[in-house]
Amino acid sequence: MYDVAIIGGGIVGCAAAERLSQYKVNIAVIDRASDVADGTTKANSGIVHAGYDAPAGSLMARLNLEGSRLMEEECSRLDVPLKKTGSFVLAFTPEDEDHLKLLLKRGKENGVLGLEILSGDEVRRREPALSGEVRAALWAPSAAVVDPFQLCAAYAEVAAENGTDFLLEQEVQRLTWTDDHWVIDTDRGPVEAAYVVNAAGVHADEIQAMAGKREFAIQPVRGEYYLMDKTLGDLVSSVIFQCPGPLGKGVLVAPTVHGNLLIGPNAEPVADRDDTETTLDGQDYVRRTAARSVPDINYREAIRNFAGVRANSGSGDFIIGMSESAPQFLNLAGIGSPGLSSSPAIARMAVEILRKDGLTLVPRDKAATSRCVVRVRDLPPERRQEVIAENPLYGRVICRCETVTEGEIVDAMHSKLVPHTVDGVKKRCGTGMGRCQGGFCQPRILNLLSRELDLKPEEVRQDNAGSEILKGELP
Amino acid sequence: MIYDVIIIGGGPAGLAAACAASEAGAKQILILERDMELGGILNQCIHNGFGLHYFKEELTGPEYAGRFEEMLARTNVEVRTDTMVTALEPEKRVHSMSTDGYHVDEGRTVILAMGCRERPRGAIGIPGTRPAGILTAGAAQRYINIEGFSVGRRIVILGSGDIGLIMARRLKLTGADVLACVEIMPHSSGLKRNIVQCLDDVDIPLLLSHTVTDIQGKDRVSGVTVAAVDANRRPVPGTEKHFDCDTLLLSVGLIPENELTRAAGIEIDQRTNGPVVYENMETTLPGVFACGNVVQVHDLVDFVTIESQKAGRSAALWQGGEVPAAPTVIEAGEHVTYTVPQRLRSRDEKVEISFRTDQVFGSSRIVVEDAAGNTVAHFARPYMTPGEMEHITLPPKLLAKADGGLLRVRVEETV
Repeated sequence: MYDVAIIGGGIVGCAAAERLSQYKVNIAVIDRASDVADGTTKANSGIVHAGYDAPAGSLMARLNLEGSRLMEEECSRLDVPLKKTGSFVLAFTPEDEDHLKLLLKRGKENGVLGLEILSGDEVRRREPALSGEVRAALWAPSAAVVDPFQLCAAYAEVAAENGTDFLLEQEVQRLTWTDDHWVIDTDRGPVEAAYVVNAAGVHADEIQAMAGKREFAIQPVRGEYYLMDKTLGDLVSSVIFQCPGPLGKGVLVAPTVHGNLLIGPNAEPVADRDDTETTLDGQDYVRRTAARSVPDINYREAIRNFAGVRANSGSGDFIIGMSESAPQFLNLAGIGSPGLSSSPAIARMAVEILRKDGLTLVPRDKAATSRCVVRVRDLPPERRQEVIAENPLYGRVICRCETVTEGEIVDAMHSKLVPHTVDGVKKRCGTGMGRCQGGFCQPRILNLLSRELDLKPEEVRQDNAGSEILKGELP
Repeated sequence: MIYDVIIIGGGPAGLAAACAASEAGAKQILILERDMELGGILNQCIHNGFGLHYFKEELTGPEYAGRFEEMLARTNVEVRTDTMVTALEPEKRVHSMSTDGYHVDEGRTVILAMGCRERPRGAIGIPGTRPAGILTAGAAQRYINIEGFSVGRRIVILGSGDIGLIMARRLKLTGADVLACVEIMPHSSGLKRNIVQCLDDVDIPLLLSHTVTDIQGKDRVSGVTVAAVDANRRPVPGTEKHFDCDTLLLSVGLIPENELTRAAGIEIDQRTNGPVVYENMETTLPGVFACGNVVQVHDLVDFVTIESQKAGRSAALWQGGEVPAAPTVIEAGEHVTYTVPQRLRSRDEKVEISFRTDQVFGSSRIVVEDAAGNTVAHFARPYMTPGEMEHITLPPKLLAKADGGLLRVRVEETV
């Protein structure tokens, strides 16, 4: 029996697992997907927001600010790429300028440092690609960009190092309170745990309803994006927002931590929470709206479209706390934007709530608190020479667009949370994320998965069950 | 040691350049190849049709590469495979990585022969889901011909480039159902002979002026929607057809791989996506040459060979020197999408120019004119299509006739 079962292996569930794993607690993370970071975590803007958006006094305001302050240290101890870029919110109309003043006021109330409103000319001096229509902008120096997949995988790896079990490809079907603990029935059998932490993202309301009353409703909102080639990676040097609307923070144009350019998202309520289709209308909207901020974006340099569904709450704030209708059941729900930014703070808050509720938390002896990985492309020549001398596989480039070596991929395949799929390797190593989108390296990754994990080539999947890449040997 | 010639890429372009450089007298020649073997993409092109122009016989891709590897074996060219070039410095120092370590090699000259890559789905923004079963024609070719695996049972192909056409027939021969080859343009971008042999002969329909507007399926492709497009290539509502399929193959264009070239500060032609070259295949960085698909995407490997031999000879005979201050510019005029070379250093020798037209032409004429609009030369053609590269040769005596620093190549219909 587990002390805590966390339902959902996204950024929130994995961050909470990592924090809890610092204590002598038996933890399971349950997810229906074949890997962590498979829902909203794998399709979002990858931004660490400064924290001026949410009204003072809200959970969002507090956790965003705390999370963004923690993020640099988190990424440093977990060896996850983060780049401090700062962000602008652009104003195109007098009404927008009033909105900037509101954001500035909120930001100051929330404790965000360094905020200032700059003139259109000053903003264009700093970001020459911006439109001549920009009248003013709110500058927030503390905003950053981060790799959400690697952050989630890193949390999961440290948690796994500290003994957390990852029960993947198990879909929760029923929750039953029995005497003093929960029986979580999944399609692969029962899991027992004293506490349940609901970090089920877009499905969090359904999981809550399985345990007690339906206490809240998730409003799934889909956002579509364009990812552009690195040739456009320096078109802007900071995150460029427009004034936010009722459904989200609007279409942004931002450098990614890997040097690409990201454009999006739109915000479209969807009935199917797992509907991550991209659409012609959505793509048109993103292009049209982004052009207001940055008029000249060459979409011939696009390398991928993707979409993610955000788990917005009806209340406009995060839903974090013990359930009112189910015992020993903690909700970490309604984590829309700024969920990624807040995740380190949400994890800490979760631990404190569980402690207050009676979970015994004794620090684990010699708990793992960090991890580090080799990233050959980030090393100077002399260091590359050294790592290749230690392990020659660091000299064999598999993904030529992103310069990822066989050594790095083999490392990931022997980490504490082994990726079994092409996308699992992609999330950890960045393979196939570049301009050819895996055209060259996918067959090689497939062969490495087959070799290292003893799979038949035709068993290797892109991600979840049914996504096998090959259809069997030719006669 | 300073190499006479360092060649980046050991595919057909690099092999031909190396052999020609050796023949022209270069002593220290080095090929850096990222794959385990020389030959590049030819290794997975097991179909025939290679070598008709150059060897006057019909070879498969591996056979064609094999001919050059045999020639190379008779030279003392040094070859390092499994070696990835990561940077080219303007001083012609080439950085590379392999399981042996990190290397920096210096060349008196460098030849860029990195080839090209396939455009991915994101480059054309096909809406829909992102399941397994969507792959480029080249990746499918590798899985089938090198790895020996099937990629799908019911297949739709988007794009009628040559690799897509070749794969249509190959998939059919492996027992798959190829439901259609869908092309957004009103004409195919592939060779006529491939349309006949790879589609018509095996009963695969070619849907011109159509495109894929939606991809369905959560984990594996379950179907695609195909619609007719208007003159602006926008889907026409009401013309949608559904195809039940498990695989969508993309053959939607090739992009020369010029990341090293750009990073070295070499001028790129926005139309070819390759480096701007002079008639000797020299780029705007003196002593750095380029050839093959890194310069312009060819239809036939035979022409890659001829272009690369020129680059190899030029590198071997390179005497130093700067970029000319006032070169002759070759301009792509009406109905011509680009030209290679883009510039001339001298008009003392004959110049071969290759280019493509922007539409299909029946009886027509290629006109070369000077800055004043005077016709320098013209060439009659019974038929031209964007899918087939055109070649013209201008002798020095015609070049001498041209006024001003410009030659314009254009195409006009003849009545």
